[in-house]
Amino acid sequence: MDLLEYQGKQLFARHEIPVPSGIPARTVDEAMAAAEQIGYPCVVKAQVKIGGRGKAGGVKVAANATEAREYSEAILGMDIKGFTVYELWIEEASEIEAEYYAAIVFDRSARAPLVMLSTQGGMDIEQVSEETPEAIATLHVDPLLGFQPFEARRLAFEAGIDADLIRPIGDFLTRLYATFIAEEAMLVEVNPVIITPDRKVKALDSKITLDDNALFRHTENAALRDPSDEDPQEQMARDYGLAYVKLDGDIGIFGNGAGLVMSTLDVVTIFGGEPANFLDAGGGAKPEAITRAVEVICSNENVTAVLFNIFGGITRCDDVATGLIEAFATNPPSVPFVVRLDGTNDVEGRRILAEADLPGVYTASTMNEAAEKVVALAKGESL
Amino acid sequence: MSVLVGTDTRLCVSGITGSEGSFHTLNNRAYGTNVVSGVTPGKGGQDVEGIPVFNTFHAAVEESGANTAMVFVPPPFAADSILEAADAGIETIIAITEGIPAHDELRVYTQLKRMPGVRLIGPNCPGVLSPGKANVGIIPASFFKEGNVGVMSRSGTLTYQIGNELAQKGFGNSSIVGIGGDPIPGTSFVDVLELFENDDQTELIVMSGEIGGDAEEVAAEYIAEHVTKPVVGYIAGFAAPPGKTMGHAGAIVSGSKGTAAAKTEALEAKGVRVGRTPTQVAEIAVEILGG
Repeated sequence: MDLLEYQGKQLFARHEIPVPSGIPARTVDEAMAAAEQIGYPCVVKAQVKIGGRGKAGGVKVAANATEAREYSEAILGMDIKGFTVYELWIEEASEIEAEYYAAIVFDRSARAPLVMLSTQGGMDIEQVSEETPEAIATLHVDPLLGFQPFEARRLAFEAGIDADLIRPIGDFLTRLYATFIAEEAMLVEVNPVIITPDRKVKALDSKITLDDNALFRHTENAALRDPSDEDPQEQMARDYGLAYVKLDGDIGIFGNGAGLVMSTLDVVTIFGGEPANFLDAGGGAKPEAITRAVEVICSNENVTAVLFNIFGGITRCDDVATGLIEAFATNPPSVPFVVRLDGTNDVEGRRILAEADLPGVYTASTMNEAAEKVVALAKGESL
Repeated sequence: MSVLVGTDTRLCVSGITGSEGSFHTLNNRAYGTNVVSGVTPGKGGQDVEGIPVFNTFHAAVEESGANTAMVFVPPPFAADSILEAADAGIETIIAITEGIPAHDELRVYTQLKRMPGVRLIGPNCPGVLSPGKANVGIIPASFFKEGNVGVMSRSGTLTYQIGNELAQKGFGNSSIVGIGGDPIPGTSFVDVLELFENDDQTELIVMSGEIGGDAEEVAAEYIAEHVTKPVVGYIAGFAAPPGKTMGHAGAIVSGSKGTAAAKTEALEAKGVRVGRTPTQVAEIAVEILGG
């Protein structure tokens, strides 16, 4: 789960990482109240989970109340790379002498946390890493030993940090690492870390990605999930416990197991179709999960045909057939279905389905045949 | 032979008294796996259809001579159970549990790498099946027979699909190894490649990968250097958009990294043939081994 800038800063504050003070606002009135409290100049910052806010006009320094109102009105509701701004963060203006970059990444390839530090802050770090990789000091941390003071010093010296800042930057990195571990993050990034004229170190921005699998023991963080920034179908699927990703095409896909569903999307694409979604019902899907999956898939208006591709392991094909019949009984879909059942109890599942003789439901005996049929149906051809 | 599980396997199941745990344990036993014990803290002294239950892995090892563990406990307790099994001297630990926090997996991985002889398969995997010998996990064994194709995969159901395509062409399997769909699998493709390379029964290796991470790219390098047996690849997730987790915690394209196209390219650059569909994987196997 990605956090908004101000949510990340609130986590930083919890771990004693210095951040400029600020107040979140959802309306212009709230923004004005916040600005009055903080004083001028203040910064009006769009809160969206995408980079490049500054360039898009989503971050403005307001010298007075008139400007604060003008900027708040302009930024609320603004579209930044497809993300609508629903929230602002009104922050005290910071004096900046230098901008650094710091990050801790869950590096799955190296199987260790990766700490990164650079004096080239405030820029696109991917660009820095391509053009001047030597400008970024990096170090992998032993996950069992933790981040050591000597490692922080080494990084700071390697990055070319001024002598008087070696210790403060080291402390900053140590706290960043503590945040990464304590909150079970996959990424903690600060760009820029600022150095103020009085040589203080502060986090001027935050980018935090939390591990969804760990949210059960971080209830405060779990509560930060904002349903309004999820697609309605994705939200519905989440409520039903289904793994669902909406895509741009018109063929609804249902399957059991992430790998098989990904493979199904690929095979449908190879046969000339365009998948409308990824939906993994998981192992051992019961009839109720099937009816809900049908509901989620068919609530996407773009869907013109649906493919059920099941290879039963824990999932039983008779359960899938029964679930499909229930789905048709409660809310008959208006689009054709192609169903392929193999694996545990497949003979029984196919028998149940044949006896029910559902309208607009076609069967296929292989994955390729199923893909071919559903692509034809989606194009309006008859079988 | 076969790899990881076989006739020498003496299985102890963590979470044996749970509904899923007991169901699959009994399935594994019915297949012929030597299930010697289970562990559920507080239920020591009970039994599940005659399989003795112990309070700790240490007791299970001492009393029942277990050498392999299957972990079926829910995510909050899984890392602890894996570490307990390793501490008790279990050599092969197969973790089925899905949804273990990534930081837990990282700590477990790092610790187990410091314990020579201990191997973790998974987590978030369907287990390991050596047809005709032993089944540890949730793979539907009836679809597979003994043979000369070793299969390793990040996905359960996709393994069944590919295994089934191979079976229809007349192939059986030495072992089918699910390495799991999480970001930090205990055993990598490279580890299993090494096992299959040294396994007499295995004549062809099928590697079924998916988007996310760089396990397939690393495997490609390893194959070029160290594997003499033919390898057929498959990569799922060409149609996956970047930044979205596709069901498995580890199946995510980050920026331009970890795409199906890049993985396929890396494999083909090292001379590994990659099937574009599961059916094509089986067709390539026929070309290599003969029908």
